[in-house]
Amino acid sequence: MSTKLIISPSPHIHSGDTIEKNMYGVLIALIPASLVSFYFFGLGSLIVTLVSVCSCVFFEFFIQKYILKSKIRISDGSAFITGLLLAFNLPSNLPIWIVVIGALVAIGIAKMPYGGLGNNIFNPALVGRVFLLISFPGQMTVWPVPGVFPMQYTDALTGATTLNMIKNNFGEIPSYTSMFLGNMGGSVGEISALALLLGFAYMLWKKIITWHIPVVTVFTVFAFTGIMYAVDPMIYAHPLVHILSGGLLLGAIFMATDYATSPMTKRGMIVYAVGIGLISTVIRLWGAYPEGISFAILIMNAFTPLINIYVKPKRFGERKKND
Amino acid sequence: MLKTFRIGGIHPPENKLSANAEIENFPVPRQVIIPLAQHIGAPANLLVKKGDLVQVGTLLAESAGFISANIHSSVSGRVAKIDQAMGASGYRKMSVFIDVEGDEWDAAIDKSDIFIDTCDFTAKEIISKIAAAGIVGMGGAAFPTLVKLNPPLGMSAEILIVNGVECEPYLTSDHALMMSKGKEILVGTQLLMRSLGALKGAIGIENNKKDAIKLMKELALAYTDIEIVPLKVRYPQGGEKQLVEAITNRQIASGSLPISVGAVVQNIGTVFAVYEAVQKNKPLIERVITVTGKHLAKPCNLRVRIGTSIADLIEYAGGLPEDTGKVIFGGPMMGKALVTMAVPVVKACSGILILPSLESKREFASDCIRCAKCVDVCPMGLVPNYLMTVSDFADWGKAEKFDIVDCIECGSCTYICPANRPLLDYIRIGKVKVGSIIRARKN
Amino acid sequence: MNLIILAICLLATIGSLGALILFVASKKFEVYEDPRIGDILAILPSANCGACGYPSCSGFAQACVAAGSLAALSCPVGGQDTMLEVAGVLGATVLSANPMVAVVRCAGDCLNRPRTNIYDGIANCRAASLLYGGDSDCSYGCLGLGDCVKVCSFGALSINPKTLLAEIDESKCTSCGVCVASCPKSLIEMRRKGPQSRRIYVSCMNKDRGVLARKACSVACISCSKCQKACPFEAITIEDNLAYIDDDKCRLCNKCVEVCPTSSIKAFNFPIKKVKLVKIEEI
Repeated sequence: MSTKLIISPSPHIHSGDTIEKNMYGVLIALIPASLVSFYFFGLGSLIVTLVSVCSCVFFEFFIQKYILKSKIRISDGSAFITGLLLAFNLPSNLPIWIVVIGALVAIGIAKMPYGGLGNNIFNPALVGRVFLLISFPGQMTVWPVPGVFPMQYTDALTGATTLNMIKNNFGEIPSYTSMFLGNMGGSVGEISALALLLGFAYMLWKKIITWHIPVVTVFTVFAFTGIMYAVDPMIYAHPLVHILSGGLLLGAIFMATDYATSPMTKRGMIVYAVGIGLISTVIRLWGAYPEGISFAILIMNAFTPLINIYVKPKRFGERKKND
Repeated sequence: MLKTFRIGGIHPPENKLSANAEIENFPVPRQVIIPLAQHIGAPANLLVKKGDLVQVGTLLAESAGFISANIHSSVSGRVAKIDQAMGASGYRKMSVFIDVEGDEWDAAIDKSDIFIDTCDFTAKEIISKIAAAGIVGMGGAAFPTLVKLNPPLGMSAEILIVNGVECEPYLTSDHALMMSKGKEILVGTQLLMRSLGALKGAIGIENNKKDAIKLMKELALAYTDIEIVPLKVRYPQGGEKQLVEAITNRQIASGSLPISVGAVVQNIGTVFAVYEAVQKNKPLIERVITVTGKHLAKPCNLRVRIGTSIADLIEYAGGLPEDTGKVIFGGPMMGKALVTMAVPVVKACSGILILPSLESKREFASDCIRCAKCVDVCPMGLVPNYLMTVSDFADWGKAEKFDIVDCIECGSCTYICPANRPLLDYIRIGKVKVGSIIRARKN
Repeated sequence: MNLIILAICLLATIGSLGALILFVASKKFEVYEDPRIGDILAILPSANCGACGYPSCSGFAQACVAAGSLAALSCPVGGQDTMLEVAGVLGATVLSANPMVAVVRCAGDCLNRPRTNIYDGIANCRAASLLYGGDSDCSYGCLGLGDCVKVCSFGALSINPKTLLAEIDESKCTSCGVCVASCPKSLIEMRRKGPQSRRIYVSCMNKDRGVLARKACSVACISCSKCQKACPFEAITIEDNLAYIDDDKCRLCNKCVEVCPTSSIKAFNFPIKKVKLVKIEEI
């Protein structure tokens, strides 16, 4: 026989699923939120987003090519996601140089030193964001007031987020409709619940993520703040306000579900999501910062390896032992 | 809502190219090669020598213990030699080479196609006939059927489950057999139920074989104790544990056999072979095989004598396509890639699949991104990516703790992995190693 | 002022109490360790390779002290010199052991043993041998996927990219024997290093009949038994279609190497034979 046959162990077929498909799927799911932010924050949001994405991709390329001297894998799309998510967590009037520093921290400290995609312990975009929040608290905590296609960048009229208003007891909380659509102050990508939910539905449809982490996180926050609201409605805000305001939905849907930093098993995901919900609510209600989802996710990221070891999936035939 | 198993599972493209092809009788070849080990367990003890004349049905080798099986001649002719021949396992095995002369059948065998549904045999007689015919599980595992019919003390079978699932993509031999031999399969089911003392029988068929479900349901009206169960299309439903769960809603504990929940599972092909063995006195000398592949001229279902060379079957189905990369013995998920086509058909061979070279090579494997898709699809509730890592680092203690021996090697994890990681390759190494460690500890 | 005195007193009390507890504990729970164990440990190579049969060098050192006689103990990595030093510490004598070296018994490189299929699985010999016989017609030969290379702590093994066979660098091999267990085909054997590192062995493990073996590989042992007949010392046995040279009986006479029709018997480190120059006129 002239041709040699190829031998490999079974299975001999593959689903055709790739890392790229999953990553680009997340990018597609982020499109609605980007569009809403362009609508309300205009030029500023566009600049912050572009700078963040470009610098993340550049830093990843630079590190892979000149420092690690490894295979260039920026085409897998993970750096694009990190850049986009980092931008989504920043105010739209942030100076460019701060955005670049955030991208450098995200890629250069939180991702590549661990070995790149899949090996990082903490969500890179959140590490970048929290680094900026601690280093530049002034610039990071003023947000422009939303308008229709505003064309100013750094000198825009600034206002406070809903959570800030609750925390410090001032201002009028926006209506549920405007919170749902995104007509409120906040970071680039977090404002519109509708757009984020659209992205969530898309990712569920494409089987990129499962429902567990987002739903359980939001439910935990809802239950916790609901109890507190029932205890004293004068001090604590309505649970719906908590869910629709701030970065909760963005965090629960896009940041907490990051593959590398979230648990592997369904049971583990639920433990992780409850932890995120509890910690973020505690920070919101009693902490120094008005918003705590970033910290909550980073803290639970640290627990993920532990959860992976101790929370095993439901095994086949497990029930039988109790019979 | 159709029944199915609870944990994990995937749905690969079905590609049942030969679904509507009727079974054709493949002509008797000029030479057959019959390996002495076609089953799990000890190879059979050889009874013939070079130059002996044999008939169809002559016993060539005798069962060598409890877990073993008789081997019969599938042709008539002269034993040319007894030598090692390459088998599907990729290793050489002792085999009997027979040069075919004519087609003389043993007088005791009923060659006719007449359907016999009455049977006066007792359970013991049925079992001894099955043992004599050398019947083994024909779904792929080749476990001697006799062993399954002798439950351990204190356990009894309540239900006989017939596996007509055929969850492997491409394969259609069980489907074709149900379409043409439905009545015989039901009689075979009855015989097996009697031999086990089981009161219920169930035939599980996946819902992508609607015509077979319809036909079997009509035929089963005559039997009050046999139920036809349509199942949701999902791989690996044909796995014994998964099928028992799908039909009885009971999960078999780790390390236990289906009999522990009162079930015995038999493949459709096995049930038909039982019918032939008991009602027709015919030993297991031929079986139905799917020969398929996207670029094959004529995907077909063939009734083939055991020992026929696979090269002959491929020639019959239109010849080997030019861009062939892999020839697979069995289905694409669990089959074995062959090193040569001069491999004989054995009792457990359910199909020959030819993959074009483009689909044969594996993609480059990148780092694990911990997407957890392998955990989602694992039908045994394991954590494949973790098992792969501990296997790679030879940490057998952790591998055992995470139940590596429960893996059924269905390949769902490797199939789904977006990073193209060869999860099952590593898990197999660990499974074998941990299995031997556990056995060594017991002794 | 009072406060300072109080603090000093308090600290002094806590300190002396702690010292007392430590003192009592050190006396009560004292474990005597033979100082010779430490001495021996200092001599051993500290590779912790486990080749001696003990989990670590310190385990071996303890065993040496406990045993008294060094007859059954040897450190393959350190070799005779190390054992002599250990013997010096213990005041015992050491038997002279033969230095060993690992050999790979397969010579089927790409030319000798044509590849008949393409392996596309993971680079792991054990995985490949679970799957099938290998990428040539010989199911006993070296798979060249490097399981032995991975387990060798001394960098003595490598896969030659030209032959695709495992090769042993005898200057680095410490005869620890870890590679022997790692080979799923059992190709690696510990053999005597021999005088001036000269050694002869059958470099084939093919147990198929001669015809099949020869078909698969041109340097396979075909069990023709010529070597057995040629051996003046009865060092060669043939079992399962395969010749084997007994290290204890072989006197390195080289006769088997000369008669082997497939050159599957290899002689190492022998001086190259001077070929007699034949003058053209004489022909």
